[in-house]
Amino acid sequence: MATRLKDADVVIIGLGAAGGVAALPLAQAGLDVIGLEAGTWLTRRDFAPDELRNNFRGWPQAVQKANQEIPTSRATASSPTGPRGNIHPMQNAVGGTTLHYWAQSWRLNPWDFKVVSETKRRYGAARIPKGSTVEDWPFGYEELEPYYDKIEYEVGVSGQAGNINGTIDPRGNPFEAPRKRAYPMPPLRGTAFIDKMAAAAKNLGWHPFPGPAAVNSRSYQNRSGCMYHGFCNRGGCHVDAKNSTAVTTIPRAQATGHLKVVTRAHVTTIEVDKNGKMTGVNYVTDGVEYFQPAKVVLLASFTYENTRLLLLSKSPAFPNGLSNNHKQVGRHYFSHHQGAPVSALFPFNLDSWYGLPAQGVAVDNWADDNFDHAALDFIGGANLWAMSDKRPITAAGMSTFGRVPGWGSQWKAFIKENADRSHSSYIQKSTLPYEDNFLDLDPVVKDPLGYPVCRVTAEFKENERKIAAFSQDKMEQWYREAGAIAVQRAPVGGAMGVSTHAYGGTRMGDNAETNVVDRFGFSHEVPNLGVLGASVMGTSGARNPTLTAQALAWRTAEHLVKNWKKVSTA
Amino acid sequence: MTFISRRDLLRRAAVVGASAAATTGARAFQASDTERSAESLASDVDGSAESLALHDHVMAAAREPLENLTAAEADLLEAIVARLIPTDANGPGATEARAAHYIDRALGGALASSRQTYTSGLAALDRYSRSSRGKAFTELSATDQDSVLIDVETGAATGFTGSSAAFFALVLNHTHQGTFGDPYYGGNANFIGWDLIGYPGIRTMVTAADQKSLEAHTLKANHKSAYDYESFTKATARLSRRNPDEREA
Repeated sequence: MATRLKDADVVIIGLGAAGGVAALPLAQAGLDVIGLEAGTWLTRRDFAPDELRNNFRGWPQAVQKANQEIPTSRATASSPTGPRGNIHPMQNAVGGTTLHYWAQSWRLNPWDFKVVSETKRRYGAARIPKGSTVEDWPFGYEELEPYYDKIEYEVGVSGQAGNINGTIDPRGNPFEAPRKRAYPMPPLRGTAFIDKMAAAAKNLGWHPFPGPAAVNSRSYQNRSGCMYHGFCNRGGCHVDAKNSTAVTTIPRAQATGHLKVVTRAHVTTIEVDKNGKMTGVNYVTDGVEYFQPAKVVLLASFTYENTRLLLLSKSPAFPNGLSNNHKQVGRHYFSHHQGAPVSALFPFNLDSWYGLPAQGVAVDNWADDNFDHAALDFIGGANLWAMSDKRPITAAGMSTFGRVPGWGSQWKAFIKENADRSHSSYIQKSTLPYEDNFLDLDPVVKDPLGYPVCRVTAEFKENERKIAAFSQDKMEQWYREAGAIAVQRAPVGGAMGVSTHAYGGTRMGDNAETNVVDRFGFSHEVPNLGVLGASVMGTSGARNPTLTAQALAWRTAEHLVKNWKKVSTA
Repeated sequence: MTFISRRDLLRRAAVVGASAAATTGARAFQASDTERSAESLASDVDGSAESLALHDHVMAAAREPLENLTAAEADLLEAIVARLIPTDANGPGATEARAAHYIDRALGGALASSRQTYTSGLAALDRYSRSSRGKAFTELSATDQDSVLIDVETGAATGFTGSSAAFFALVLNHTHQGTFGDPYYGGNANFIGWDLIGYPGIRTMVTAADQKSLEAHTLKANHKSAYDYESFTKATARLSRRNPDEREA
């Protein structure tokens, strides 16, 4: 029998990018918040600049709850399950994956909110890809702008504005939507290679700009500026310059006295009463079961676990899983097609041993609907990104561009000369949801507590493959202009697999028949249950999801504060 | 993803020919070499490719216990890594970096799930060497060792549980880890791997001036492990700030 704990106003499941943000406005409003986190606190001392540990052994994810629950994946419902990963892409810890993520903090483009109506208006309804379940968001970019601004300042984002209230600044992204004010910090510094790539983009008539990063370019909120030491990629920050929620919003929420952080809490199910009203959360720590009653629960555990927890929470009122009487939980799933990069070999050193993946130059000319698709056979596009990020083991594993074998003396001579002369692109491409791409529970694979893990059934469809091929052309053009002597492309398409940029499963929209949560992030079926994270997003844009997930989380929390009586007693 | 084309195989054959020519210049090491440290031995490598005698001496000098592999497995692994990243005109290789030592140690820890794969893969490789080349792998010439390894790499070698190519890819990856990983883990001895590829070393702060100096080729390798910085070592636990859990209300 689970131990029944003292009532809470709000329980947040998962204190990562989204849950860690939502805690702050709730605690500031005086609501008593309990943050249930499966991981522990990690500090600067945990974040050694150690490529073997961070990038090859997956420390500390390798030892955590999430790693016992790595989703299985297959391309389609009729294809066999693919090999299961060893390391869950996300991390359990206070701050979650914001501790070691790349920290690129983009706002979406206005087009991303209105893919359906804008495509119809500009190119005709026939251009919506067949089988796609894409919908317009229930609101436009303008609705989210104040929350983007809020997060950029609360968490701290470095960047160069390109459009302040309609005034274009050519140093920034001319395609960005209007923002009310500049970023709180200037962009991260450049390098000779980044400058060379920027110059090459200009030669092509494109509009290069430094990308936005939740990393301090100078000291901010009494924390250090970035040290550019080269271990930011899957590594935490040794000087707290990466603006994880563990060093920003969570400690600030704790300081109000209204946030209690409970670590190593492994949430198993969300409870409802016989009328279907959410009553609280069951969790396990070291085999001991607890029931944490709550007036409102915000589910913020990452896309796969959000769907999984809902599907595991079955009750007479919700026999198919919580909030799933419309059979929408797990639907409209998609992830960025990042498995189709382009690599280039240059005849000069890139001096990229130091830096971070969020330090670089972006091109948005071929993203979203920033270019005319009338004569093309796809919609959407890609953000092109050239960064300064390289470590020795990874460098040694570089492609030899067909010039030498993969080992032996010739190989050794090759890497001696070229280890710092290759570059691999990070091309984020818009991806749409489709009828037959979805998440559910694996019928076979279970976690150590006996609960099924999440199963991903998803593949990149024709529209996504066309964007990938198109953006590879652009990336190759860019590399060649900058002097590349060899360029290689990875194959396009295939199964989506498990991703850090995973969207959907609990999509947000006004129509309860096709969406799990409403325009404020609360369940259509369970009004005192909210869902946070990219799992509510219906489109991906061509850029990292975190800032948008955080802006949405703040907005959901603010809605809850303003409508506390209504939501908590619904 | 690795695709081996017929063209690659032909090119590979040419590489083998070239390295065979190089090994004819190998010289035997004197007994006094065994007294030297791996470091001075490494600096002694002056462009002439070394025969297997070289790593025999290094092993004797290093006084390393075998933590997981048997002596025979370790000898075979040493011989393999010596061909993957050879000691040659471009300086010391996986032998001097102690990549096999790294793998032996890691097989009891982070790479424990690969322990059985090594047992069966190494046995299969040696069986294949004997059946196809008539000798144990360690007794083959460098040229013949390379030709065996090409068979293993391309999946042409028989007698493996599963694909020999998968075993090859695993060993190559672990050899990279043992040559280019942080020296704390027992490989990359004397920063041999980092010096080979020009990595200037672990720094906890890289100023704009450091970056400029890197770009001007004047930034010197600092030969530091992550754990040469006390902020990441266990020793600092005593000096640590308060336990972060104390922040909990």
